[in-house]
Amino acid sequence: MATTENLDSKELIDPGPDRILGTGHDYETVTDRIAGIVYLPWKRSPRKWLVGAFISFVFVNLLMLATGLLFFKGIGIWGVNIPIGWGFAIVNFVWWIGIGHAGTLISAILFLLKQDWRTSINRFSEAMTLFAVACAGMFPILHLGRPWLAYWLFPYPNSMWLWPQPRSPLEWDVFAVSTYGTISLVFWYCGLIPDFASMRDNAPHLWQRKIYGIFSLGWRGSAIHWHRYQKAYLLLDGLATPLVLSVHTVVSFDFAISIIPGWHTTIFPPYFVAGAIYSGFAMVLTLIIPLRAWYNMRDLITLRHIDAAAKLMLGTGLIVAYGYSMEAFFSWYSGDKYESFMYWNRVTGPYGVCYALLILCNIALPQLLWFRQVRHNVLVVWLLSLVINCGMWLERFEIVVTSLHRDFLPSSWGMYIPTKWDWATYTGTLGFFLFLIFLFVRMLPSISIFEVREVVHHDRYMERAYEEKL
Amino acid sequence: MREELQLSELPEIHGAMAEFDTPEELLEACERAYSAGFRSMDAYAPMPVTGLAEAIGYKRNKVGLCVLIAGICGAIGGFSLLEWITVVAYPHNVGGRPLNSWPQYIPITFECMVLLAGLTALFSMLAMNGLPQPYHPVFNVPEFERASIDKFFLCIESSDPKFSVNETTDFLRDLGAKEVTIVPA
Repeated sequence: MATTENLDSKELIDPGPDRILGTGHDYETVTDRIAGIVYLPWKRSPRKWLVGAFISFVFVNLLMLATGLLFFKGIGIWGVNIPIGWGFAIVNFVWWIGIGHAGTLISAILFLLKQDWRTSINRFSEAMTLFAVACAGMFPILHLGRPWLAYWLFPYPNSMWLWPQPRSPLEWDVFAVSTYGTISLVFWYCGLIPDFASMRDNAPHLWQRKIYGIFSLGWRGSAIHWHRYQKAYLLLDGLATPLVLSVHTVVSFDFAISIIPGWHTTIFPPYFVAGAIYSGFAMVLTLIIPLRAWYNMRDLITLRHIDAAAKLMLGTGLIVAYGYSMEAFFSWYSGDKYESFMYWNRVTGPYGVCYALLILCNIALPQLLWFRQVRHNVLVVWLLSLVINCGMWLERFEIVVTSLHRDFLPSSWGMYIPTKWDWATYTGTLGFFLFLIFLFVRMLPSISIFEVREVVHHDRYMERAYEEKL
Repeated sequence: MREELQLSELPEIHGAMAEFDTPEELLEACERAYSAGFRSMDAYAPMPVTGLAEAIGYKRNKVGLCVLIAGICGAIGGFSLLEWITVVAYPHNVGGRPLNSWPQYIPITFECMVLLAGLTALFSMLAMNGLPQPYHPVFNVPEFERASIDKFFLCIESSDPKFSVNETTDFLRDLGAKEVTIVPA
């Protein structure tokens, strides 16, 4: 039976940056700790959880209101116009899909690289990926003008005998994003099956046992099943790794394949992928730092994780900085007057403030992460993760809006000013995302239990080996 | 006569199950059971244990082959769909460019490959494992609910030609099992 007493009776201590798990854990305690969060009666949920879930639910309603009005009146309620036909919808689409990427990076790429610190945060970041992709997928559909005809994007035999244009990156996007969403779901569920079995066998109430039992599909931990399971999981990792790189590459093609100044560059694919991972790690930190405090999981999600994620943020942030400097360099080196005007306009034009903030948020402030004292100060890392989230959103705003608003002909220049419904849709998806996260930590094991057991086993093995050596 | 009656009254037996505390003990027990000639058995663990499936004689894992075939089918299917759309079903002249503009089809071909291969990885694994499975005799053992938490089990099944209730139970005890239980079918 799960014991929930130790969850709130004693303050658990972070073992510091050298260990993945706190000391004194065995197979049973990790199960009880992780599953105990889910079994905690609703009445004993942390007050902060209730407040957070309520506020995010308010924004879910705002999203429904905004999309309801959009279906009723059309995209005229947004600030989009000609020349700026893309506006917030595409800014948010790129931002959300980028956030999703860190989840796949943590679960797939770090798995292939045998980074075992990923174990405590991979389930959570996979969930984050799934919810971020759900938010991302909404925007291009809402932006269609007639969203109820979104199925026209798929190639299917229809009475008009019309087929989508597969040479267009926008059509590639349909395949890339829908595949990414599906594979993220498969990956997430595949990882959850053995944990559903633990939940089934451990739950205090019969109804919980029944529900988790259905989702566990009758998993019984047979050695042969595990063997096939590990093979399937490894292959999914191997498939998700190029997939995640391809998705943001395809998203960057939406821009790079056009001839708009500022978009038509070959730096876009790598720079978009690095930016995606950068913002995704920022979002992971934004979410897990409060979570580990609320649910007292400092011995499961430790300074080791925060430190490693901060270093990855610093690294990908430097790649992004390289991308910015190359944009500036090529606008000069190309000798193309439209390119150089685009850059000049980006820095000194009407959206120049955004560019200054972008450099501050994405390049200047994150340099603090070079210092160990900063990386080990959880509050500062959390604030920096918020700053980077804002910075990466501004980057997408810069890319979409400043390139479109002044292109080749001054007669077709314009300005984009987001309306209150633009903001309502954006903040609404933020609420939707956070609400799903709140439900997730309450209903499913937010740390992969069986993989933490492997870490426990490994730690014990290492300790024994060390003792024998002494 | 009396003995026959007793046998028919006994519930059917799925096998004999031994409980262990650590993966190392389970692994050793499996190896010894295999070398003692048992073939129809299964080991249960709350986490993957390296070498456990091999220790009970499992050899060919076909998940990889299924995924490879599905990936190839996905790639061929995706590419041919696009060829068919652009060349046969809906030929559309864009600025005099060739209809068969295959480099433009690579991103979707790749996505179709990943989609089909990824779905096959999950579903072929489940299908070969016989999941979802609503009933399995091992769950009749009350202690077995710890198999998904912190205990390790070895079950020698009654379908094994060498199986006999008393001898197999004694054999499992000799392996150092903490507890040995008969599993009703």
